[in-house]
Amino acid sequence: MNRHDPDTMLARAIARRARPPRPSAASNVLTFGWRAVLKIRHVPEQLFDVVGTPIMFTFMFTFLFGGALAGSPDAYLQFLLPGILAQTVIFTSVYTGVSLNTDISKGMFDRFRSLPIWRPAPLAGAMLGDVLRYCLASLVTILVGLAIGYRPDGGVVGVVLGVGLLVVFAFGLGWIFTLMGLVMRTPATVMTVSMLILFPLTFASNVFVDPATMPGWLETAVWFNPVTHVVTAVRGLMGGVVDGPAIFVSLAFTVAMTAVFGPIAAIAYARR
Amino acid sequence: MVELAVEARGLEKRFGATHAVRGVDLSVRTGSVYGVLGPNGAGKTTTLRMLATLLRPDAGEARVMGHDIAKDPEAVRAAISLTGQFASVDEDLTGRENLVLLGRLLGLGWGGARERADELLAAFDLSEAAVKQVKTYSGGMRRRIDIAASIVVTPELLFLDEPTTGLDPRSRNQVWDIVRALVRDGATVLLTTQYLEEADQLAERIAVIDRGQVIAEGTSATLKASIGVRVLHLAFEAPEIAGRAAVLLADKFGLEALPDADPAALSVQAGDSAVAASAISALDAEGMAVMSFAFGQPSLDEVFLALTGRPPADAKDEDTP
Repeated sequence: MNRHDPDTMLARAIARRARPPRPSAASNVLTFGWRAVLKIRHVPEQLFDVVGTPIMFTFMFTFLFGGALAGSPDAYLQFLLPGILAQTVIFTSVYTGVSLNTDISKGMFDRFRSLPIWRPAPLAGAMLGDVLRYCLASLVTILVGLAIGYRPDGGVVGVVLGVGLLVVFAFGLGWIFTLMGLVMRTPATVMTVSMLILFPLTFASNVFVDPATMPGWLETAVWFNPVTHVVTAVRGLMGGVVDGPAIFVSLAFTVAMTAVFGPIAAIAYARR
Repeated sequence: MVELAVEARGLEKRFGATHAVRGVDLSVRTGSVYGVLGPNGAGKTTTLRMLATLLRPDAGEARVMGHDIAKDPEAVRAAISLTGQFASVDEDLTGRENLVLLGRLLGLGWGGARERADELLAAFDLSEAAVKQVKTYSGGMRRRIDIAASIVVTPELLFLDEPTTGLDPRSRNQVWDIVRALVRDGATVLLTTQYLEEADQLAERIAVIDRGQVIAEGTSATLKASIGVRVLHLAFEAPEIAGRAAVLLADKFGLEALPDADPAALSVQAGDSAVAASAISALDAEGMAVMSFAFGQPSLDEVFLALTGRPPADAKDEDTP
């Protein structure tokens, strides 16, 4: 029989062979991370969605309101950029939930869950991919800032530390969206509800203006918003100042989110 | 090697108020194709998902390739593969990337996974589409990449959930060829289908499932014998003529009428075409003009009518939990 005869090829492809040894949990997680990288490569639009808005905000706020808010667009940009960076990374974390929910609704998760792999690997691998997304989104935002005149006093080290803190914070916040991705019915719902949470969370903060200019009740509310503290910390780091309390609050919030929503998400995942 | 690939007793599953599966027993011989036949919403997918350890049964027990699904789901997962009703591959990735991904997850090295992916793509007639995103694939190609993804490491037992629903005849035949090749190689296949013909073509044994229960089980020959090998469908101008025709066919030819939803239509079990032909001319001679007729295999609807005395419960979407 011909080697390239379709039936022969089918029979050979189907023929059973020894099962490869089961890979380690780390290998499983990295493979899912690779999948996330492939998705970014094939669907870069998902990154544009998230980065587009902050870029627009940067331009809009800097040039439209910068003069009024801080005397000059350039002075305002120095204040605004770390805040916009935080907003960008926080908005990117929504995709954790949306892509998870897409996997579930398309039946991808059924396949993963019927494989003999380390069970949390799809979740952990997706989070690994998210970290990459956060870094890419940060890079784009910072480059745009630098192009229009942002000059961080903290230098490369300060910027890297600032981004690092944001990535950690977004990881903690991401658990909420992971949970939403697991329990909600459609990716669109996850997106809508996430935005309902994120708009007040990022706007009612010190991202755009100094809370001292707000009415007293709002200033208090803003002080209780964790985003305010992470922005203060990042602004400090990128400006060359280490704000210990703000960094502490940001990290404590991350730990708290992980401790509360991590296990709930794990249970929701196991139940599905 | 265990003798029974699947041994299920009294499986039950509820989703809120819906009792999706109410006491399903299944015995699937290792190395055979087993068909689970039923309409939408009958509980086929839920049963499959329980056996594939994706859903915990509320009651009952099952062993899959000798492993208890509740006590040792890990061992079950190592022996099975599931191809869901909707292509469960990543549409954003290329066909090749999907297969490499699964190869890596199952323990192949990068080189081994790529080699295996190319081998499967060639065998499944997908080489040309290998580097295209799955979202650009046709229905038949999707099904094939989906099945290929399930056998990157050949499983002992493959679950196929409605593998040919919505496919054109050519694609359907390709899927059937793959199923046959798998079983020739010693694998066991448990498939669900809405088509009697599919179960008939592929399966050694068939379970007919309705409203969460197995209402008949056996080889396709025994099932068909229970409702007549072939059926003659007749349509008349009025219900009254159909009624008289039924009496005539019963008296003259001993042909028993099957329940039919349309009062002006009549379906009878007719063993061979000669009987069918003489039945039609006899009706004509008696002045009962046949508007149209068809002679063939009983449809799933008729199997249902024969087994349950009512048309298939046309439930909405099958059990999305």
